[in-house]
Amino acid sequence: MPHLLSILIWLPVGAGLGVLALGDRRIGAGRWLALAAALATLALTVPLWSGFDTTTAALQFPEKLAWIPRFQAYYALGIDGISLPLIVLTAFMTVPVVIAAWTVIEARPAQYYAAFLIMEGLMIGVFSASDALLFYFFWEAMLIPMFLIIGIWGGPRRVYATIKFFLYTFLGSVFMLAALIYMYVKAGNYSIATLQGMPLTLIEQRWIFLAFLLAFAVKVPMFPVHTWLPDAHVEAPTGGSVILAAIMLKMGGYGFLRFSLPIAPDASRELDLLVITLSLVAVIYIGFVALVQQDMKKLIAYSSIAHMGFVTLGAFVIYEIVRATGSTRGAGMGLDGAMVQMISHGLISGALFLCVGVLYDRVHSRQIADYGGVINTMPVFAAFMVLFALANTGLPGTSGFVGEFLVIIASFRASFWYAALAALTLILGACYTLWLVKRVVFGAVANPKVAALEDLNPRELVVLASLAVAVLAVGIWPAPLLKVMQPTIHHLLTQAIATKL
Amino acid sequence: MSFSSFAPAIAEIWLVFAICAVLLTDVFAGERRRGLTPTLTLLALALGAALTVQYGEVGSRQVLFSGLYLADQLGWALKLAGFLVVAVALLYSRSYLENRGILRGEYYVLSLTALLGIFVLVSANSLLTLYLGVELLALSVYAMVAFDRDSGVSAESAMKYFVLGAIASGALLYGMSLIYGLAGTLSLPEIAARLHGPPSPGVILGLTFVVVAVAFKLGAVPFHMWLPDVYEGAPTSVTLFIGTAPKIAYFALALRLLAYGLAGEVAEWSQMLAVLAVLTLVVGNVVAIVQTNLKRMLAYSTIANVGFIVLGFVAGTPEGYSAALYYTLVYVLVALGSFGVILLAASRGFEADRLEDYKGLYQRDPMLALAMMILMFSTAGVPPFVGFWAKLRIFQVLWESGHLWLVVIAAAMSVVGAYYYLRVIKLMYFDQPAGRLPPTARSAGVRLALGLNALAVLLLGLLPGPLLDLCARLIH
Repeated sequence: MPHLLSILIWLPVGAGLGVLALGDRRIGAGRWLALAAALATLALTVPLWSGFDTTTAALQFPEKLAWIPRFQAYYALGIDGISLPLIVLTAFMTVPVVIAAWTVIEARPAQYYAAFLIMEGLMIGVFSASDALLFYFFWEAMLIPMFLIIGIWGGPRRVYATIKFFLYTFLGSVFMLAALIYMYVKAGNYSIATLQGMPLTLIEQRWIFLAFLLAFAVKVPMFPVHTWLPDAHVEAPTGGSVILAAIMLKMGGYGFLRFSLPIAPDASRELDLLVITLSLVAVIYIGFVALVQQDMKKLIAYSSIAHMGFVTLGAFVIYEIVRATGSTRGAGMGLDGAMVQMISHGLISGALFLCVGVLYDRVHSRQIADYGGVINTMPVFAAFMVLFALANTGLPGTSGFVGEFLVIIASFRASFWYAALAALTLILGACYTLWLVKRVVFGAVANPKVAALEDLNPRELVVLASLAVAVLAVGIWPAPLLKVMQPTIHHLLTQAIATKL
Repeated sequence: MSFSSFAPAIAEIWLVFAICAVLLTDVFAGERRRGLTPTLTLLALALGAALTVQYGEVGSRQVLFSGLYLADQLGWALKLAGFLVVAVALLYSRSYLENRGILRGEYYVLSLTALLGIFVLVSANSLLTLYLGVELLALSVYAMVAFDRDSGVSAESAMKYFVLGAIASGALLYGMSLIYGLAGTLSLPEIAARLHGPPSPGVILGLTFVVVAVAFKLGAVPFHMWLPDVYEGAPTSVTLFIGTAPKIAYFALALRLLAYGLAGEVAEWSQMLAVLAVLTLVVGNVVAIVQTNLKRMLAYSTIANVGFIVLGFVAGTPEGYSAALYYTLVYVLVALGSFGVILLAASRGFEADRLEDYKGLYQRDPMLALAMMILMFSTAGVPPFVGFWAKLRIFQVLWESGHLWLVVIAAAMSVVGAYYYLRVIKLMYFDQPAGRLPPTARSAGVRLALGLNALAVLLLGLLPGPLLDLCARLIH
């Protein structure tokens, strides 16, 4: 199918504008349009996956149109093994968001669906742009719908949270833009391939790396620029939290793999300990922080930061492996792990936020203390919640295990201590997640509100069941995912290890 | 002299006729037919634009009228922009003027004379013409600021504007006289030809006064004091006027005077402008945060934007000037819309100029809120809106000319700026309306124009290529 990527980007955007045009009064039709568009986008990722050539690292499904001739900027799209899984994840996660909002969102529903659909298109754009200017265009444009989602449908402190979210990400991105323009002035165009191939001195690389680090570290988010995330998650509506955790955070990881490593390999090598240290701090310190949270969403938000620490650890530990063993053997595993962890965390954190949403819709509280013994009144829901919680702790057989395991193995090659510290997450993650489950799901019925709970309705069941299937599928049989990524990861490793000096 | 030697000046010639016609019609139509003058003015502007398109275009640079007047592509395009901007500004203003009881013919005549000043300035080839344009524009605008004669605030700000403006004009004249004394000519290209080599202290002294005057006119810190007071004190329709069309003229002033006339001293004035630009960016953005009046906030936002325009000149290259031109045009487009929103939100006895008046605007008028949101995101520099490209272009020319620190400061300041634009969106979309406020204006034509204005901000953001190319072509 020609222009498949363009269709994937603009179909949801167009549908979003359509829902907006239908307005709140005809929201019945609007809802079905939104669902149809989300499902159609998901369906279109099937030919994308099946038509993807898993033997090459070259960009596939390329499209190129002149966009701004003056800047040599093109509307250029193309995907490789890193972008494909993330695009599928984006299309996959938008469907539950649309379904979950069906009866829950009462204020301005048309705009709610429109914001999510437009954001879906823009996020797919981020993952498929092969021109840095186009990438930045999508990357920034995406802030607008998210800003509105948190600000309009969020909780009591939504204004503070959304402005903080916007300004943090904007601050990071602006410096990335400055770095991109600097490279454009030197190289003459914005093609990501050109930027990856251009020679840069160590000093230039250092500055570029730091500018990128600022942008991507805010997005991931890494310690110490993570403070916007708990606020944003707590205040965002369920759908906003899901997209934020499942997709938006992945853009930071994607940025490291697509920009930082290949464009500034020497600076990455030089400053890898900085990133590794921050990742380990995220894994351990934020794990402890998660332990003491009273608010379910906040707990999952902190757990997200800890889990995303594995992504950055896996991406940068490759340099330590080369340093320690003198060969790249096993370094690919770090990158593999980072990618699988991104996909897996997208599914699990999305699912957990949806679980919290299910409870919140019934009780209107996110406080752990307001729950207890949910299993007595909602057995089916409890089963799902426990499954996702276990996946979050990295139980073998779930997707959570694969990514963390790969990263820990790779860290072992670099140093015992990296692996030991990273592996602490297995304990910490189990502590905060299982304790959450214990307090919310198990035990005796805590209060009349819990006693009055009704189990999942068919809509919620479909949403959680589809996510459960995905979590288990990636956990039991990750081979197809790894196979799609393999040539690209190999190519990326070569780029990241090579010197540009 | 044949028609062809006058044709490039058709815009000015037509405008003089139009001014006389509008003035006379207004006198004879009197109080009974109030609607005639506005319609006639818009018609005159449309016809003037048509005539300029038809006859005014010149292929190459032509110097006319004994070297006083320069006809080139840039002037031609800026005049068309002037026609358009003034027409839209007057269109937005009409119901506001009616509600205030100041819908008088003189307002329209003064708008036209100000436009004539802009045209003279844009086409100036000599210091004399330049000064003529500056004064014609300034005097018209002083009167417009004081137009609501019963309002003490307006009178006060007009007084302030006039006194400070007179000092700036004095500085300009003094600087020009020094340069004239050293170069021995008033003609800008000849000044450029004669003043080459390392500049003498006299030239630098003259240059300093000229830069001060330009900075004052643009509203660059520390010569910005008049701007917030005038923006806040003037009737909103006048704020709209002075916030838009004259910016084009003052861009032309800086370009003709500094980039063309004093091209040899680029190293000197670009350093001066760099200092001004940094101050302007910092003061504009930081002070805007604490404002409670939307007009005043937009005034500081104007100052911040002027900082970016000045940065384009700091680069000191044709690329830089074309970036500044692009930024100016984009800024004018966005300012037109933002003040247009204030005009539409206002009604009889309700100025709608405090920020809190915009609480819950979405519930009262979704279309107006959407337009304002687009405009605010654009000024903040968020894609897919055109303001993003304007900022990007400035960053780019700064990199090309090697101004690392200016890039960093400008980038940091755009983040600071984003905050107060977001606050407006927050008020409109996230807050509930405070009490009962009068309804917004419902006039379909004006709303359509505002809608198109916002749409242009989006479309030029999605496809920025043509306007970027145009700006580059006009400068080279």
